[in-house]
Amino acid sequence: MNQMNNFTKGFFKENPIFVLLLGMCPTLGVTSSAINGLGMGLATTFVLVMANIVVSMVKNIIPEKVRIPSFIVIIAAFVTVVELLMQAYLPALFKSLGLFIPLIVVNCIVLGRAEAFASKNDVLSSAVDGASMGLGFSLALTMLGTIREFLGSGMMFGIKIFPEDYGMLLFVLAPGAFIALGYLIALINRIRKV
Amino acid sequence: MEYILIIISAVFVHNIVLSQFLGICPFLGVSKRISTAVGMTGAVTFVLVLATIVTYLIQKNILDPFNIGYLQTISFILVIASLVQLVEIILKKVSPSLYQALGVFLPLITTNCAILGVAILTIQKDFNLMESVVFAIANALGFGLALVLFAGLREHLELIEIPKGLKGTPIALIVAGILAMAFMGFSGLV
Repeated sequence: MNQMNNFTKGFFKENPIFVLLLGMCPTLGVTSSAINGLGMGLATTFVLVMANIVVSMVKNIIPEKVRIPSFIVIIAAFVTVVELLMQAYLPALFKSLGLFIPLIVVNCIVLGRAEAFASKNDVLSSAVDGASMGLGFSLALTMLGTIREFLGSGMMFGIKIFPEDYGMLLFVLAPGAFIALGYLIALINRIRKV
Repeated sequence: MEYILIIISAVFVHNIVLSQFLGICPFLGVSKRISTAVGMTGAVTFVLVLATIVTYLIQKNILDPFNIGYLQTISFILVIASLVQLVEIILKKVSPSLYQALGVFLPLITTNCAILGVAILTIQKDFNLMESVVFAIANALGFGLALVLFAGLREHLELIEIPKGLKGTPIALIVAGILAMAFMGFSGLV
């Protein structure tokens, strides 16, 4: 497959959030600010790329019947790596993402790509696929985070745009996550004309 | 009294789906009919309570004494995955009718973040075993409540004319947002 096409598909055509609707929990849970969204997206990207590489390397060794548990162990190992690294170098972000870092393990995108792509393709394509999906995921999370932060507290990446008193607090809280994502997907659907 | 507080907090105030954002995939995926929502709730309750007990015991008896807390994620997910398999095999043998009702939902549960989420939350909140069980049951109830309410709303949504772009997931998400807003009314209760 053409590597360029393989790389660009995750951003729009097969965006994991907007089109495939996978990995909704972190999408809604951590996007109260743009930085949180971006941090979560990049952490997931790392896990996606590494898990895809390892899965495509060992795909011929693993027996068919135990492949799902094996994939989960590989993914969980990389999630633990991310968890420890973030705890050491980005303690503030680690704290605000909280429970959702270990929950990358059960993010359907990661297992989904391992099963649907990496277990059938060579190492390079799998790495590119992981990067594409991960960056598309990061893009979606950052977009949603920016929108919620802007509407809710009048800030963008922590920079003040308008006074906080005029912000709609609702968008930083739980209901705002659902509503903002709903309208965002509707908008994307409109652009894609489905 | 403590137990009642745990239950009210988990079911209404910090509802697992609508305010903690755990288990969104089944919340959106199997909420088209009330009957499937009830089936999913049954399966989740079963696995959630079992998984919480087992992971609690593993944390207290293996991870803590040997000081290998960093293996929490990897060991919990393995336990949950094998537990789901085990439950599936046992149900198939012991109670085929229950298996018929819950069977299709069981494989989906491994990647339901509510299970792993509650297991980790239980450890973080430093509950004892009895409190953990109550916490797990309360969270399962909260999940069921949100899921069944949402399924009821979605059954009605099917009959309403909505703009084309909003059809399907977008309108479901917006309705979920309004439902979450209603649940915000409970905040401050505990």
